[in-house]
Amino acid sequence: MKLNPVFLRWSAPLVMSAALVSGNAAAQSGATECIAPAKPGGGYDLTCRLAANGLQDTKLIDRPMMVSYMPGGIGAVAYNHVNGVRRDDPSLIVAASTGAAVNLALGKFGKYDAGEVRWLGALGADYGAVVVRADAPWQNLDELMKDLKKGPSEIVFGAGGTVGSQDWMKAALIAKATDISPRDLRYVAFEGGGESLAALLGGHIKVYTGDLSELRSHLDGGKIRVLAALSEERVGGPYAEIPTAIEQGYNVEWPIWRGYYMGPDVSDEAYNAWVELFKELSEKEKFGELREARGLFPMARFGEDFDAYVKQQVVQFKQLAKEVGLTQ
Amino acid sequence: MFDFLIHGFDVALTPLNLGLAFMGALLGTLFGALPGIGPINGIAILMPLAYTLGLPAESALILLAGVYTGAEYGGRMSSILLNVPGDAGAVMTTLDGHPLAKKGLAGPALGLSAVSSFVGATVAILGLTLFAPLLAEVAVLFGPAEFFGLMVFAFASMSVMMGNDPVKTGIGAVLGVLVAMIGVDSGTGVMRYTLDMPELYDGVDFVVMIIGLFAISEILLMLEHAHSKKAEDEMPPVGRVMVHMKEIMYCKWAMLRSSIIGFIVGVLPGTGASVASAVAYTTEKRLSDKDNTFGTGDMRGLAAPEAGNNAAAVGSFVPMLTLGIPGSGTTAVLLGALMLYNITPGPMMFTERPEVAGGLIASLYIGNIVLLLLNLPLAGLFAKVLTIPRWALVPGIAILAFVGVFQLHSSLTAIYMMLVIGVLGFALRKLGFSLAPIILGYVLGGLMEDNLRRALSISGGDLGILLQSGISIGLWFAAGLLLIAPLIMTKLRPSKALTHT
Repeated sequence: MKLNPVFLRWSAPLVMSAALVSGNAAAQSGATECIAPAKPGGGYDLTCRLAANGLQDTKLIDRPMMVSYMPGGIGAVAYNHVNGVRRDDPSLIVAASTGAAVNLALGKFGKYDAGEVRWLGALGADYGAVVVRADAPWQNLDELMKDLKKGPSEIVFGAGGTVGSQDWMKAALIAKATDISPRDLRYVAFEGGGESLAALLGGHIKVYTGDLSELRSHLDGGKIRVLAALSEERVGGPYAEIPTAIEQGYNVEWPIWRGYYMGPDVSDEAYNAWVELFKELSEKEKFGELREARGLFPMARFGEDFDAYVKQQVVQFKQLAKEVGLTQ
Repeated sequence: MFDFLIHGFDVALTPLNLGLAFMGALLGTLFGALPGIGPINGIAILMPLAYTLGLPAESALILLAGVYTGAEYGGRMSSILLNVPGDAGAVMTTLDGHPLAKKGLAGPALGLSAVSSFVGATVAILGLTLFAPLLAEVAVLFGPAEFFGLMVFAFASMSVMMGNDPVKTGIGAVLGVLVAMIGVDSGTGVMRYTLDMPELYDGVDFVVMIIGLFAISEILLMLEHAHSKKAEDEMPPVGRVMVHMKEIMYCKWAMLRSSIIGFIVGVLPGTGASVASAVAYTTEKRLSDKDNTFGTGDMRGLAAPEAGNNAAAVGSFVPMLTLGIPGSGTTAVLLGALMLYNITPGPMMFTERPEVAGGLIASLYIGNIVLLLLNLPLAGLFAKVLTIPRWALVPGIAILAFVGVFQLHSSLTAIYMMLVIGVLGFALRKLGFSLAPIILGYVLGGLMEDNLRRALSISGGDLGILLQSGISIGLWFAAGLLLIAPLIMTKLRPSKALTHT
């Protein structure tokens, strides 16, 4: 199809502003809803509240966003619900995270794949961390890795998720970075980060692959040592002194993004309006404070950019799952 | 040394905070009393509200702690009056609480359980104030192997509940364990018995399980009685309203023992009010049930689990406040609330933010007094629930059950599951099964399996790890003693009523 170049040049801003005006109006006038695909109080609840409180506190929406809960299958029930029942609801967003991408890669979301929804954007991120007890023999990641290489089964890893979960992925990637098969790793699955940390403090596990934000209260306590942050670069603030795995020579990165998706048949108009709304939100100073209070680091990926990012991540996880023998 | 507490009382006694403690206690009692809404949901509902209202950190925490402790008070009401536990910690309360109500002692039972709750919470708060940092150190020594030992001990103490039909108790417990197996396996992520339904990936939810098993089967029993005019159909007399001092004194040792047990179990991360009340009840039955009156409306059998679950609720604050580790789902949510206020729990909290740590502990003292004052006079009022005629009561319970389960998952699947479990529960009750062992098997079985597998993956499959620490050995020894002691006792006193062994 051939298009008039003048029309082409003007069409983009035109469509954009039209979408902005109408979409913004749609987003502001109607009641909006965020589904947290979990029980109240968890990470997904936090993700929904971040959007809901942020949009309300910065006055980007008039009516409070409703947060509803749909636990089941670590997000699978909500994913199926959106794909089956609310495919084109323009006022519905659903909270998601890296964990959802992992489950999609492992085929745990039933018959639906990552391409089935419209990935909207991420408003914040957390990063993986490698934690040992303060009296552990390892002062840095390299020392731990060398010992791990000598005897992979000597060092017990633990975290708050099953084999194949995003918590386990962190341990698996670390093993892979030293050319150890993740299957040789001795890994203990606990119920959540709190239990894992208790097991680390009690000396029942030696290494805990947790998340940076949950460690904040423990940084000054003198009971644990964070060997590495699994972020691209140091995240600063109270974590400024924690070196990244990359700067210690191990190419392991594990961002845990907190974002949202929408139904597959949502119109471009509504989708773009949400993208613009989130972009605007992420630039507000007040939102920065809200995000920080929830222990999240800045991350701003929206629209097509984020959609591509998630899909590429799922491909990568599929590859990884195959390599470590989780899927055929 | 207790400067933080004196400071805390200054904080907690301001009119705003007193008001919030009162409101929290009231709301918590309500949340606990309604089946399906437990302390976790209650706090999760109120947390954003507290934040939006712009309450200062200590006030928000006082409100939320009030809800938490209040819910443990409230959970007992429907247990006693309707034989339907309001939340997880109140399952054991049905065992003697409901028979008491049937005897026309609903008022005294509610009063006594309020006093027991108060004693349990008070003992635990004292423990929290005096020994928190020390206990936190001990609590982390409990690893997977020690937890497995604790579960073995808990199962062994269940043997006391076997009553006249050990086989049915055993089958019941196994059924409970089987239900606990459903869902994603927590170690390897493999799906077990999920029938490819995503709704089953997370297993059968506790609320679905207790509402189905207790409430739905109770409704079916009531319906059956309504159609066949039997003697039991008659309304139980409401009788006197207040609990007598004599009755409270009769239970004083049961309360104290159970408070201590509940507190210790509550301090351990990963076990909560449900395990605490089970251990408290079974221990008390073993120690003091000389005439086999437990289960038929023995006051001590009501006091024990109520003191136990309230003590456990307070006990789970210990790892949260001192280590920053949540000991239960509810304290995990509270921890999230603290983080919102930029407060980092842990040993530093007592020195850095004494007004929060002290204010919270002080508000627990105050909240409990408020709860006692609130619950004693109201006992008579709540007991009137029993005078509601069946034609109104049955649909009422049904509505609460359906709404409670639906709001939890916003899905009909959970309702269908509840109905299936309810019909099974009804059939089992008709066959003479007791429901408590099923619930205990369900709660303890899951914990037992998880911890056994964790222990074995730590040791690389070596069973030796189970007996490596002094704590484990002690627990196994105690469990063995529990099983063997009755046998020896029967030998020594053959005339006693333990002939069924």
